[in-house]
Amino acid sequence: MKKEQSDLLNVVNSPYKEGFETVVETEYAPKGLNENVIRYISHKKDEPEWLLDFRLKSFRHWQTMTEPHWFHGTYDPIDYQDIYYYSAPHKKAPKSLDEVDPEVLKTYEKLGIPLKEQKALSGVAVDAIFDSTSIGTTYKEELKKRGILFCSFNEAVHEYPELVKEYLGSVVPYTDNFFACLNSAVFSDGSFVYIPKGVQCPMELSSYFRINARQAGQFERTLIIADEESSVSYLEGCTAPQRDENQLHAAIVEIIVKDRANVKYSTVQNWYPGDKNGKGGVYNLVTKRGLVMNDAKLSWTQVETGSAITWKYPSCILKGDNAMGEFYSVALTNNYQQADTGTKMIHLGKNTTSTIISKGISAGFSSNTYRGLVQMGANATNAKNVSKCDSLLIGDKCGAHTIPVMKCANETATIEHEATTSKISEEQLFYAMQRGLSAEEAVGLIVNGFCHEIMQKLPLEFAIEAQKLIGVQLEGSVG
Amino acid sequence: MTALLEIKDLHANVGNKEILKGLNLTIKAGEVHAIMGPNGCGKSTLSAVITGNPAYTVTAGEILFKGEDLLKMTPDERANKGVFLAFQHPIELPGVGLAQFLKAALNAKRKANGEEPIDAVQFMKYMNVRATALGISNEMLKRPVNVGFSGGEKKRLETFQMAMLEPDFCILDEMDSGLDVDALKVVGQGVSVMREPKRSFMIITHHDDLLQYVTPDQVSIMRDGQIIKTGGPELVEQVEASGYDNF
Ligand SMILES: Nc1ncnc2c1ncn2[C@@H]1O[C@H](COP(=O)(O)OP(=O)(O)OP(=O)(O)O)[C@@H](O)[C@H]1O
Ligand SMILES: [Mg+2]
Repeated sequence: MKKEQSDLLNVVNSPYKEGFETVVETEYAPKGLNENVIRYISHKKDEPEWLLDFRLKSFRHWQTMTEPHWFHGTYDPIDYQDIYYYSAPHKKAPKSLDEVDPEVLKTYEKLGIPLKEQKALSGVAVDAIFDSTSIGTTYKEELKKRGILFCSFNEAVHEYPELVKEYLGSVVPYTDNFFACLNSAVFSDGSFVYIPKGVQCPMELSSYFRINARQAGQFERTLIIADEESSVSYLEGCTAPQRDENQLHAAIVEIIVKDRANVKYSTVQNWYPGDKNGKGGVYNLVTKRGLVMNDAKLSWTQVETGSAITWKYPSCILKGDNAMGEFYSVALTNNYQQADTGTKMIHLGKNTTSTIISKGISAGFSSNTYRGLVQMGANATNAKNVSKCDSLLIGDKCGAHTIPVMKCANETATIEHEATTSKISEEQLFYAMQRGLSAEEAVGLIVNGFCHEIMQKLPLEFAIEAQKLIGVQLEGSVG
Repeated sequence: MTALLEIKDLHANVGNKEILKGLNLTIKAGEVHAIMGPNGCGKSTLSAVITGNPAYTVTAGEILFKGEDLLKMTPDERANKGVFLAFQHPIELPGVGLAQFLKAALNAKRKANGEEPIDAVQFMKYMNVRATALGISNEMLKRPVNVGFSGGEKKRLETFQMAMLEPDFCILDEMDSGLDVDALKVVGQGVSVMREPKRSFMIITHHDDLLQYVTPDQVSIMRDGQIIKTGGPELVEQVEASGYDNF
């Protein structure tokens, strides 16, 4: 009996597959944070005055704020002066892929994302962010023909300053929260997407983030603007090498979905989760939000398997009438990982609808919290929300929590919430093993069955990747 | 005939309570061996211990399967060596489709034997033949394992799983209880067609219902954690006529 108990506790402990480090010459900003560092970052990026002002304004505001602690869980205090706020794997921005350090390109190959266009996954345009710098965007020219702009954030600042200026901070203002404010001060690079009116983006757009440098924070900033009647599907993937110390990742994603436009944003988050004793791992503190206008739709799908700490709530502000918001999430925690994640659906317009399906899987000693807000504004006549939150526990040392908050200021609006908690039992495990499956395969099958509904929402290649990731992350939680 | 399974002086506990108290049993290759005994004498415990259920602790004795020490193996290793248990109370696996489950199980076995995984088309053919024979509909194959099935349907599905995995040693724990006449016939015939010189069966039962379809070569009577008598099919009649008190 004892043995099998520990078997069950073990299936989730596997080595982190992406945990290699790339040896490249790295350029850092001086450690710590002050106005000079911000000027340094801005200078390195050759930024216009208005952007430096935005950063400084954010920084000054950030200094008046205190780190929030309502997160369900605990983590070591973050020493904001012990972090490099800018690191880049080369001295000056590369003009083409040929100028990129071959070691960096090799890293992407190891991750399975060849950058060179001839090798690129067909139909997927990739913008890869390595530490603070964008490495190269594939398929850029082809997209440009249709008027689609897809490039690094930094490039957009120079090429399309009017668009950046208009929308930067329009959905997530720099005052929004502590981490978003920090990001607004120090963000290094990220992705920029603009889909013109009436254009359906012909391929999946994808960015790949990787933290490589030691003690470096990554503060990317993504801005997606889908003009009227346009549509786009955007994929975000991330990894970081194994480190003893914690790495900070505080990102912002802002999405503007104009009238009758449609945006699908999918994330497979695989930051280093720390070792099995909870040492190291990425602190993933992210603000993601979209503004959804009349008859438009924003759909968030996330598979969160990595990070020591996950703190993120991809949200929809359903401002226009008939706007739709969706949130589909799988969050898997193992060992000492802590995830506090969910969504906010803010219904402002009439007939707005939102759907939330959250699947939390906890193993080891981890803690997995769903936190959600559904808010019906006074004008949200006939607005409708349906939420379903399911938790699956593996072993008995982990925790699952559901914290749904509902606020309703319009009596014609409806909110439905349903939550379940289940457990993989020793009996289930034995039954499957009696049929020849290893404990890991058994848990994998049950877990995949549990989150099947969400996996189906991911683009196919991503779904396969996500399924594998879940398998890998579960290794050692049993058997 | 050589011994497929040899159990010597087996003692096993659940918690601190001893259930199997020095049990001896030999089952030969190709043999159908019925085990009969009163409620609570330890029949299901025996099947659990043979298959390695971690809820039971073996305190003494040994189990040899094809000459190998079964007690050293994990439940999946035992299964992939050819030990199959049709559960008295099958367990539900929500979200795991039956066909998907069986494909994974079949491939686990093939992997253990150093074979390539079965391809999807072949698997469908392989499965459909067996499903049809046991009256398992396509709809049932898509449903999650054991979830929402009636007691009788679950038993039929256990037989189906057995037919899919073609094990060398099949333990049927009260396969015949709770079955209607027609289902009993389907299950009985399903078992009887699987009978072959290399495959043995251990049929745990209280009645001669199933045994009418699969005549046992040997019958053992179990009481209070031990096998107290082994003989031919005539023992079944004795039990049916006058219970266990005369043994
Ligand atoms: N998990 C358990 N916890 C406590 N007692 C148990 C457990 N499993 C079995 N037992 C006890 O062990 C004894 C043998 O049980 P077992 O299920 O093996 O009997 P059985 O011969 O299969 O009976 P039946 O004919 O009713 O199926 C019973 O007294 C039962 O109560
Ligand atoms: Mg029993």
